[in-house]
Amino acid sequence: MNVAKDIQKRKRHEAIFAVVGFLALMIGVLTFVALFIDMAIKGAGRLDWDFFTSFPSRRAGQAGILSAWVGSTLVMLVTAFFAVPLGVAAGVYLEEYARKNWLTDLIEINITNLAGVPSIVYGLLALGLFVYQFGFGQSILSAGLTLALLILPVVIVATREAIRSIPQSIREGSYALGATQWQTVRYHILPYSSAGILTGIIIGMARAIGETAPIITIGALTFIAFLPPAPVTAQPPFFSVEWLFSPFTVMPIQMFNWTSRPEAAFQVNAAAAGFVLVIMTLAMNGLAIWLRYRLRRNIKW
Amino acid sequence: MSGAVSGTAAAPMPGLTVSERLARRRARFVRERAIEAVLFLAALVSVFTTVGIVYVLVKESVVFFQHVSIVDFLTDRQWTPLFDDAHFGIMVLLSGTLTSSLVALSIAIPLGTVIAIYLSEFAPFKLREIAKPFLELLGGVPTIVYGYFALLFVTPLLQKIYPGLPGFNLLSAGLVMGIMIIPYVASISEDAMRAVPMSLREGSYAMGATRLQTALRVVFPAAFSGVAAAYILGISRAVGETMILAVAAGMQPNLTFNPLEPAATITAYIVQVALGDLPHGSVGYQTIFAAGLTLMLITLAFNIGGHVLRKRFREAY
Repeated sequence: MNVAKDIQKRKRHEAIFAVVGFLALMIGVLTFVALFIDMAIKGAGRLDWDFFTSFPSRRAGQAGILSAWVGSTLVMLVTAFFAVPLGVAAGVYLEEYARKNWLTDLIEINITNLAGVPSIVYGLLALGLFVYQFGFGQSILSAGLTLALLILPVVIVATREAIRSIPQSIREGSYALGATQWQTVRYHILPYSSAGILTGIIIGMARAIGETAPIITIGALTFIAFLPPAPVTAQPPFFSVEWLFSPFTVMPIQMFNWTSRPEAAFQVNAAAAGFVLVIMTLAMNGLAIWLRYRLRRNIKW
Repeated sequence: MSGAVSGTAAAPMPGLTVSERLARRRARFVRERAIEAVLFLAALVSVFTTVGIVYVLVKESVVFFQHVSIVDFLTDRQWTPLFDDAHFGIMVLLSGTLTSSLVALSIAIPLGTVIAIYLSEFAPFKLREIAKPFLELLGGVPTIVYGYFALLFVTPLLQKIYPGLPGFNLLSAGLVMGIMIIPYVASISEDAMRAVPMSLREGSYAMGATRLQTALRVVFPAAFSGVAAAYILGISRAVGETMILAVAAGMQPNLTFNPLEPAATITAYIVQVALGDLPHGSVGYQTIFAAGLTLMLITLAFNIGGHVLRKRFREAY
């Protein structure tokens, strides 16, 4: 065989692959750009102040996302309230306290498996458990708890990774000064890992805010033209938890509702709502990526 | 100073009797163990979640299978649970799930793998630094947005090429789902390939191999357990994906393997029932749990398969 020709052939293959690889990458990128521009162009006409301050309506031109973004905000509050302490505590336990035994193995396998469970199955769990068994109904509380369980593995994994990057010498220094294990965690481990944990929390919340399937499954209504009761009241004790049990809608469900209508005018609304939703998730994910980037640059043990 | 010193961290503890000092150390010990117990309970929540999922799915499915025999469930060729003449053939929904997943994976696996190899072995450093976060951003886009895109952008586009395509079809939903899954496959495969030690590549180059040969015959096989894990994750995503299919593939049960037709998947059926007003405890209500159990078993099978693959093909360096 002619060696020189053979080498040329292989070099040609290599050049072709470099082009193919780049094109493959561009398919992903361009699809996203097409999606983004398409929604921006179609929805631009509706993106004004009224869109954010109006309730959904049977007339597409007057419909807005007020109840949807308020609902999303409240559900996210509940989700963060449960997912953050539970996830961080579980991560700290597994990294700092857990002994190597079957129980720890069981917990770890569980977390890995839960990360692979389809989100709609969490919806079924919530429907059977929160809505009917516990009697929370189709409420903000049920939705918040469901999404908290859904993003728990994300928070736990992020916490563990952040803690694992802290060198052992920090712990030993703390113990040498007489600190207990909890004091070490409280004053050293948690502060030093907080930026990494925050990154995980933001990514988890960005995922939760876009989740549609589990919330539809627990039976969130698609047409809500009112707001939940305010959490702050005029009479003592000045706050109320009534909003937790209120029916609600969220951004992705509002978008689903508008997308599945045949009238073109509602699909314009869907484009506008989708644009807002994408900007929200992009901003959150972008913030998390930026935080991680800064973290990698700044901390050198 | 008397015994009424506040705080627990006074190291020499002057003026305390021995028994007081011991009591204090005991309090400190008890508090430490109490905190550990609380943290342990938080870690157990994940176990409770799994138990809860299994409990709810099995409990409702048991009631369902008292009405419908398992043989009918697996062999019936119709799915009409809400009609008077009710049929419960899960095969119908499975065909939709299978077809749409195959379309999605035929996009996501080749493209994801090529992107991973390109980013890991070919791309300039700068490009990789930009492309990796961008892929992560793509993975964060809500699936309902992809559903909108499939129904109102990709389907009309496909209809220009193939005018007979119905407004709801598995093809466009599957294609968009494939693009949605690319970041997962690419990102995890790339991590696995980057973890292959440089010495292996250098050995290959020293033998006169090109970068492409090294990538395909040295790096890819060495990283196969990680790449397989990425594929398994992609399959799980495809099987469990809900909103893209509910929006763009229609919710008509249809026993078909033709991606040009509309069809309901297991997930889309659950959404359809949840959108309606089925009374709690009816057979229709229980079907979604039986469907959910089927879905759970499928993804579990893949997860276990992935675990076995990882163990079997793990290369330790």
